[in-house]
Formats: sequence, C-alpha cells, structure tokens
Amino acid sequence: MAERSFKAEVERLKIGDGEVFEGEGILAVTKALLQSGVAYVGGYQGSPISHLMDVFADASELMAGLGVHFESSASEATAAAMLAASVNYPLRGAVAWKSVVGTNVASDALSNVASGGVTGGALIIVGEDYGEGSSIMQERTHAFAMKSQMWLIDPRPSLPVLVDMVEQGFALSEASNTPVMLELRVRACHMTGSFVARDNRRPPLTVAQAAQSPNRDTSRIVLPPANFLHEVEKIEKRWPAGIKYVQDHRLNEHFGTEQDDIGIIVQGGLFNSLNRALELIGLSDAYGNAKLPVYVLNVTYPLIPDEVQAFCAGKRAVLIVEEGQPEFIEHELNTLVRRANLDTRIAGKDMLPRSGEYTADVIRQGVAKFLRAHAPERAPVEVAAEAPALPPTAVPQRPAGFCTGCPERPIFSAMKLVQKDIGELHVSADIGCHLFSILPPFHIGNTTMGYGLGTAGASAFKPEGKRAVAIMGDGGFWHNGLTSGIGNAVFNQDDNLTIIVDNGYSAATGGQDILSSKAKTPQRSTNNPIEKAVRGVGITWAKTRTRTYDVAGMRDAIRDALTSPEKGPKVLVAQSECQLNRQRRIKPQIAKAIKSGQRVVRERFGVDPDTCTGDHSCIRLSGCPSLTIRANPDPLRQDPVAHVENSCVGCGVCGEVSHAAVLCPSFYKAEVISNPNRADRIRQRLRGWVIGALQRRSARQIAARAF
Amino acid sequence: MSTSGRISIAILGLGGQGGGVLADWIVQLGANNGYVTQGTSVPGVAQRTGATVYYVEMIPRGGPATPLLALMPVPGDVDIVVASELMEAGRAILRGFVTDSTVLIGSTHRVYAIDEKSAMGDGRASGEKIIQAAQTRAGRYIGFDMDDAAERAGSVISSVMFGALCASGSLPFARDAFEAAIVSGGKAVDANLRGFAAGFAAALSNPEAGIEAQHIPAASSAAGRELQSRIHARLPHEAHYFAIEGVRRLMDYQDTAYADLYLTRLESLAGNADLIAEAARHLALWMSYEDTIRVADLKIRDTRFERVRADVKAADDQIVQLTEYMHPRLEEVCETLPAGLGRGILARPRLSALLGRFFTKGRHVETTSLRWFLTLSILASGRRWRRSTLRYQTEQARIDAWLDLVRSAEPEAALELVKCQRLIKGYGDTFERGLHNFTQIVERHRAGGLTASGIARLREAALADEKGDALQAALAG
Repeated sequence: MAERSFKAEVERLKIGDGEVFEGEGILAVTKALLQSGVAYVGGYQGSPISHLMDVFADASELMAGLGVHFESSASEATAAAMLAASVNYPLRGAVAWKSVVGTNVASDALSNVASGGVTGGALIIVGEDYGEGSSIMQERTHAFAMKSQMWLIDPRPSLPVLVDMVEQGFALSEASNTPVMLELRVRACHMTGSFVARDNRRPPLTVAQAAQSPNRDTSRIVLPPANFLHEVEKIEKRWPAGIKYVQDHRLNEHFGTEQDDIGIIVQGGLFNSLNRALELIGLSDAYGNAKLPVYVLNVTYPLIPDEVQAFCAGKRAVLIVEEGQPEFIEHELNTLVRRANLDTRIAGKDMLPRSGEYTADVIRQGVAKFLRAHAPERAPVEVAAEAPALPPTAVPQRPAGFCTGCPERPIFSAMKLVQKDIGELHVSADIGCHLFSILPPFHIGNTTMGYGLGTAGASAFKPEGKRAVAIMGDGGFWHNGLTSGIGNAVFNQDDNLTIIVDNGYSAATGGQDILSSKAKTPQRSTNNPIEKAVRGVGITWAKTRTRTYDVAGMRDAIRDALTSPEKGPKVLVAQSECQLNRQRRIKPQIAKAIKSGQRVVRERFGVDPDTCTGDHSCIRLSGCPSLTIRANPDPLRQDPVAHVENSCVGCGVCGEVSHAAVLCPSFYKAEVISNPNRADRIRQRLRGWVIGALQRRSARQIAARAF
Repeated sequence: MSTSGRISIAILGLGGQGGGVLADWIVQLGANNGYVTQGTSVPGVAQRTGATVYYVEMIPRGGPATPLLALMPVPGDVDIVVASELMEAGRAILRGFVTDSTVLIGSTHRVYAIDEKSAMGDGRASGEKIIQAAQTRAGRYIGFDMDDAAERAGSVISSVMFGALCASGSLPFARDAFEAAIVSGGKAVDANLRGFAAGFAAALSNPEAGIEAQHIPAASSAAGRELQSRIHARLPHEAHYFAIEGVRRLMDYQDTAYADLYLTRLESLAGNADLIAEAARHLALWMSYEDTIRVADLKIRDTRFERVRADVKAADDQIVQLTEYMHPRLEEVCETLPAGLGRGILARPRLSALLGRFFTKGRHVETTSLRWFLTLSILASGRRWRRSTLRYQTEQARIDAWLDLVRSAEPEAALELVKCQRLIKGYGDTFERGLHNFTQIVERHRAGGLTASGIARLREAALADEKGDALQAALAG
C-alpha cells in the first residue's frame, strides 16, 4: 500500500473529449499517456516521480480495461529494458523513474535501445531531483540524452503544455526512431492546474497482440556490424528527422517582442521563474508579455540550428538561462552561432551562478547583470540589500529523520550500544530511510554508494579482527542488492555483516510493495522472505529478528554477528513494519473498534518530569520525533526535561533503550484501556481500594512534613 | 499583491504537520472563487520530519491570457506567509519571504530540532529573537500558539492556520467561502471546522504571550513558616525564591531537620547575593539527589497518577495501567543499604559479582499492580532511615567538600564552582559521567586555581559532547 492513494483522482482519468481535467502534474501526465494510446507502462518509484508510479498502480484497472500493460519494475534497468517492446513493433511505451540516479541504473538498457532505435514511440519520463528538496547528487540528465542521442523534452510548467509534450513526445520518437526523455522538475510534478481533456485511446496494437506475431530484425541488435550502422543512422537519419519534427510542430515557443538587439533563451522548465524574474525587473507581466524576445526550449536536446540562427540574428547578445553544469546548451549555442557566422555574444554562466538551483531570485540577479552589461538603459536600479533580520544561526537546521515509532531507529540505537562495547565500526550505508542514521543523533555510516550497494560498498574491507558492517534496505535488496551485494560477498568470501532492514515496503519512496512485503495483493507475488533468498545464494550465517523494537535483542544479535568465530558473510534481517504505513493501516481500524464498544488497549510512553534530570541521553540514543523536550517545570532546574508527545504510537523503543543503556527510571508505559471488560473493571476496583488507601495515607504524611 | 491582482502564499512547516492539507484548501478556495490558482509542494525526504515549503499563487480569472504562475516563493515577493511553527517563521524571515508588505501568520509553539533536543544541557534556540524579527519585519504579524489552540479544539493545526488566515483578512474571500473549502475537502469536516473557528477567534484577539511572574508559594505549616522567616531574616532578597523552593523540596524529600541543614549550609556561605541565590538553587538540587527511595516515592504518589492520566489524555471511563522501566544495578541497591553493609558488599569483588547477577536485567515495574505498588511503597518508606544509607553519607561528604571549596575560592570563581553542580545529574552511567566531569574540573581548580571564566569554559566543554572529548581538549589546552 503506497503512502498516498490516488483512487479518487484515478476516476477523473476516465473523462473524455472537451471536459476539463483538474489535478496535479503527475495526473496530467498519466491522462496524456492514456490519450496517446500507450500500450505499456513501467517504472521504478523515487522522488519526485513516486506519485506517478502510485497513480499508475491505482489506475492499473483502468489501464487493463484499455488493454494497456502496466508493471512496477524491479529496477530502472528493468523498466528501460521494457522499451525493447517498441523496437520491433509499433507499440507506444512509457517508463518513469527518478533521475539522475535512476537513469544511471538504466543506462545500459538505454544505450542499447537508443542505438538500435525504436519503431513505436518510446517515452522515458524522468523526475529531475535537482535543487531544493533534492536528496541526491546534483547532476544533469541532459548528459545522458547527449551521449546516447535521445531527445530531451523539458516542458514549461503548464498542464496543457505538459499534456501536449507527452503526446508530441511519442510522435517525435516515432518520426525519428529515437527514444525521447521527458524531464519533470520536482515542483512541476505536484503543480496543480487544469487542461481540456481528450478521449482515452486504446493502443492500436496491444503487447499481447504483438507477441502473437513476432517480428525479428537483426539490424536492430547491437552487434557488429549493425552497431556501426546504428551510429551512421543516428547522424544521417534520426537526427535530421528529429530536428525536422521539432521544427515543423513548433515544440519550442516564443514569448515577448519580436525585434530587439538582445534576447533570452531559456529551458522550458525554468520559463515561469524567468518570467517572474522579468516581471520583478519591470520587463514582463503576469501573462508573459515580455518586453524583450524570449525563446523557450521545450526541447532542450537537440537544439534546432535554424531556430537558433533566426533568434540570434541581429542581436548583440543573448542570455541562455540553463540550470546545472556543465553548461551543455551554452556550449552548443556558441557552436551554432559561430557556424552561422553571427556576431551574437552568448552570455550564460558568466551572468548566472555555475551551480545551484535557478530560482526566480537567482535568475532576476542574473538577468540584471546581463542587462547592465548589454543593455544598461534597461537594467534595474541596484538597491542595497536590507540587512538580514536574523543571523542564520538563529534558526536551527532540520535534517530529515526517522518517523515516530520507526522500526529502523532501534537498529541504530542497538548499533550505538554495540559500538560502546567493541569500539567504532566501519559502516557502509545504503540508500533509503535508514540513511538517516548518518545524521544526528546516530552519526552512523561512513559512505553510501547507491541503492542496494551497501554490502558492495563494504566489500573492499577484508578485516582482520573487526568486521565491517553494511546496511541495506529491503527495497535496495530486491532492486539489486541480492546479486551485487550478497552474491558478491559470498563469491569473494567476505567476512562482513550485512544488516537488511526489512520494513515490508519500499518505504523511503512512499511505501510501495516489494517481493518480501507482507501484504497480499492480487496483482503481485509478495511474501518472499529475504532470509530464504540470501540462503539461496550461499549465505550460511543468516538470522531474522522479527521485532526490531527489542533493542537489547538487536544489540545482542549484532554483537553475535560481529564476534562469531564463523567466517564468511553474515546477514541479519531486521524485521518490523514501517510505522508510517502501519499507522495508516490500523488507525481507522482502531477508531472503529473503539466506537463499536470493543475493548482496545492503546499504549503510549511518557516521562516523569520530576525524575528526569534533563541530560537527554535518551534522545541521543533514540531521536524519535515524539520524544522531545519541554521547559523544566521544576523551578530549580534549568535544563529542559524530556517529554513524550501525544503523537507517540507506543512502539516502546524509549523504554527499551533506557533499559538496555541503563539510563534512567523516568520512562513509563501507559496502557490506556478503552471499553474495559468485566475483569478489567473488577481488577481496577480492587486496586483502587488498596492503592487509594495507601496513597491517601502517604499524602497525609507528605502534607504533615510539607512547607 | 502585484498590479495583476495576483496573491502569493507560502506555507512553511514540517513534514507531517498538514501543510499540504492547508495548501489544498487554499487552492480550492481560490479556484472556487474566481481565481486561477496553482499550488506546488516538494514531497519526499522533506516529509520525513524535515522543513518544507508549500506554495500557492492565485490571480483573478478572465485576464488577457493564461497567467504564468511561479512554482516557488520569491524572496521579497510573497504576500502571505503561514508558518506552522515558530522557527519556521524564523526560516521564512531568513529566506527573505517576509517584507513590510507581507502578512505573517505563525504559530508560536515550538517543535524542537534534533540538535536542540539532544544537547546535554539546554540547547534550545531563542524564540524571542524570532518573535522580535517577525514584529519588526512583517507588514503585519499574527502569532499565537496554534498547536495549543488545535488541541483545545480537538482539531489539527492546519485548520487553525486556515482560520487565522481567514481572520487576517488578507484574502478577498468571505468566511463561508473558507468553510466551504473545508467541507468540500470532505475529511474530518467537523473537527476541521472547530479548529478553523478556534484559529479565527484567536487571530482576532491576537493574544500576547505573557511571561508568568515568579510565584513564591506561601508556607502552609508551622515548621514552614519558621523556616520562611529565617530565610527572610538571614538571606539576601535575591536568594529568597530559590531558598524557599529549596526548603519546600527538602521537606518533601526528607524532613524539616534536613531543610534546616540546608539553610545552615547556605548561611555558612559568605558572599554576594548572586552567589547565595545560585547556591540556594544548586545546593537544594544536590541535597535532593535521586536515590532509589526518592524515585519510588515520586512514582507512587496520587498526584503523579493524576498527572499521567492527564498527560496520556485518558477519558474518565478509560483504565490506565502503568509500567516503569527501572534498572537498579547492584551499586544502587548497595547505596540504599546501611552504609557499612553497602560498602562491605561493594568492597568484595567476588560477592559483588555473585549478587550483581540478580541485577543485570532491567525490570518492567507495573506500578498500578498491587504487588509492585506495595514493593515501591516499602522502598519509599526507606526515607526514614535514609540518613544511615551509604548514598547519604557519600553525597553529604561530596556536598561538604564542594561547599568548602566554594568558601575558599575568590567570589567570582566561587559562583562558577557553584554552577558546576549542574553537571551532576541523571542515573547510572549518565550520573557517573557527570560526576566524573565535575570532579575533573574541581580537581583542576584545586591544582591550579582556575579563573572564573576558566571554570565556565570547562563547564561548557563538559556539556559539549557525551564522550568528553571537548572537556579533555579544554583541560589540556
């Protein structure tokens, strides 16, 4: 079950010709795919494209009804390889993933499909995770498009344009026999808006029909001599065809005035920010009526030489607003201008920062600088920046952390306790929520090399004495970790420990089901245990702990693995359900049970402020969002006391941690019994009599010696 | 607002606080009332408790063309900022979203960041600075504790923020249009409307956060009155608040005679009023050290049972059962025994090891069960012979040595030495670590006569990290 359900929105995907569709960018893309007669869809989740995969999953019934095949691919490489279906058959296919990391994983298959070319339209939707809110290395997908010669669409953020570009993307792909990438920036995926819909179209040929009558063409296979011909074909046939299509169908747009001696070229995705920047300078309005010519590249690769020449001709200087580095478009523009024998000065990274996100504010400063250099009469008056109202240190940073009740937290609490005993460990971390272990308060993890690569990242360590530890999530494990990590460790006779965090979902990407998920779903095969898989590839020391919240148990299991005399790679599967998903699942059930009068026990934790002395060891070992601090009610003490908020889900880790680490007696567990039964009530009455009497007596004694 | 009538609204909050719900309502509100409205957000890692920004822009429908709306707030160009927490309001100011034309609506409650929470002492950022900046920078600032308002209304903070936004009058829509957006959202409508109303009312009254004055309790018993008049007669005015609190605490902790010892010790400290005031605080804390007797006593009180019921929000018809996580080690057990016996056991390694085996595991103590309640009651009644316990004798000796040192030090250094008591807190390893740090600083002072600022520096270093690296570096430096 994914973090967010799109069941209600999916209903809207059924609307037809002329109706207005309202919704988010990702829903618009899904609708556009259905309108384009797509035959198959695949992909791998990851921000900012996770919700696209969730929409697909929730829409799978609708897609099946239209004869569209959908699957959640095992990895981006799997998804990219699916595009093979478009090589021999006129089948339109779309795959989606998070870029640039997903594109890295997919690049082998992408190179192959780009080399041989496609018959049916092949669309690769990449969520560009760059800038604010990004969780990955800052690189450009553009480089992949260039090296494999796939066309790259970077639509300006507007739902009608987005929908149009999906449909044009397929046609462009078919016209040029080339896969097309459609790049969606983070906020564009979740931008709300509307567009006029068209009817959904059944694919003219379904994948099942194509498989009925196979078609084979060895010239499409990357093997000598065909591979050499592919290169020639790319240059002589597909490239010109692509350029012609983009030009004929006017995929790039012009805004603003026609004649001027300066102008701006911008990546489509940045157009709204550029327009706002111009507006702030007084050179545009809210409707894009710029007072200078703007050429919007909805297709950022390839550039269209004729269009560039026409735009640059007669202009002294043109600013290219291109986010990220290297500045591929700027380089290419310079080449095109030179070849066209124009004197136009191409300005770009000399006006705008070389790195970082191009927000409207950044672009505003860059455009102002450009104007001062090339059209000073139109440059805005420089105003001295107001002194900041606050120093940056006044506002604390908020690194992401484990959720309330997260079952991964106790694993790292246990590791901290083990490190107390046997010293610091080298920890090869992985990608997933568990990577938050490198942040406060745990500070565990030395490197992270990629999804599912935790174990591989530790494989150079052949320890004598102290074993290295690798962390891997269940998502990464099934993505590639089983082979690249565990299989490799067995084959190379490693002696390290791999802790596999098995929380039942690909949790970091939004809680999608995976092979080892506990949920039973009609469309998928789940419940395939991780321990069975690792034993299958030759692990002999494998243990599964089914309750990570048992901190002492986790600590002992980790210590055992690190001190066991047995040689060879060891795998400890640490199992407990992702609490975010669990709460979503059980909260309504509990509310219903209480309402219907059933006996329900709710557990939550608390801290007694009068015994807590405000050292916060518990927080340093746990880091739960519900475990926080508040002003010390004791007038004598200065340090804030620990405090458990009502958002506590009663996972019990704070109590277990304080037990295992011998911390303090301030933690208590409260079991709140709703709709108590007869036995509860009788016991409570009995206790009430005795305890009440004793409490009244001691209250009298306390009063007697009171101030 | 720009000349086109466009309104930009940035919502700053923490993942999971419902900023997305609020953004959805605002988008609905705009779209249903004649505005082209666009909302955006960044899901993903930011949602896992990190800080995040939702952004909404709206512009009157029927303009000359399709409007181009931005996907991110632009510094200096945001009309309304809604912050779901005090530091997020600070972040909005820091990022330049708040100018003299911005309406800033922010909750004043705190959700502490991990670095603030995990500090060994008090790592909290200053909220006053943020409120001050909000008042001076924003065109208008509406700030109140929205979390508290939500809780009292039995609702969530997003609906309170929505109510406050409506009351601010910064959007050109009537109240019923706001409420219609909640209704059309279709989720927890009643609770959300309650929160909305609470936020609306609170924003209009705009309560100023008042600082409570120090409340000095009056004595209620003859013994209390006697000690109180002694404080008034013999201690400087500045020390009264802590001294009365100290006496109150020690009478509760032990008896009148113990409070009397406390005052005698305080009176023995010649010095300025600041020193006596701080000593009144720290001496009371040290003398009320947390032994097993004290912990048991506090755990079984009727007042504590009531407090827990309130904390866990138990309704009258619900039963609450309590389990404590206690881990008495052999050391703590021996310290509660008569001094000779306790010392005897701890001095014999083999016997300690043998007995220690019974105290290696933590205990789940069910305080609300008869068995454990009685056990804790018996333990608490140990108060009567506390003076004969090993721990009592150890602590009194430490206190006397500390006071001797304070008396012999220069006035400024003496004050800092008094404050070093703050290091001694907690239980088990935490207590030992604190005591060890304290001892190191004090020994260093004895050896070399540290200056006041030197002592303060070492004390800060002792609170910098758990492993004591900063303190070792400071001691070496």
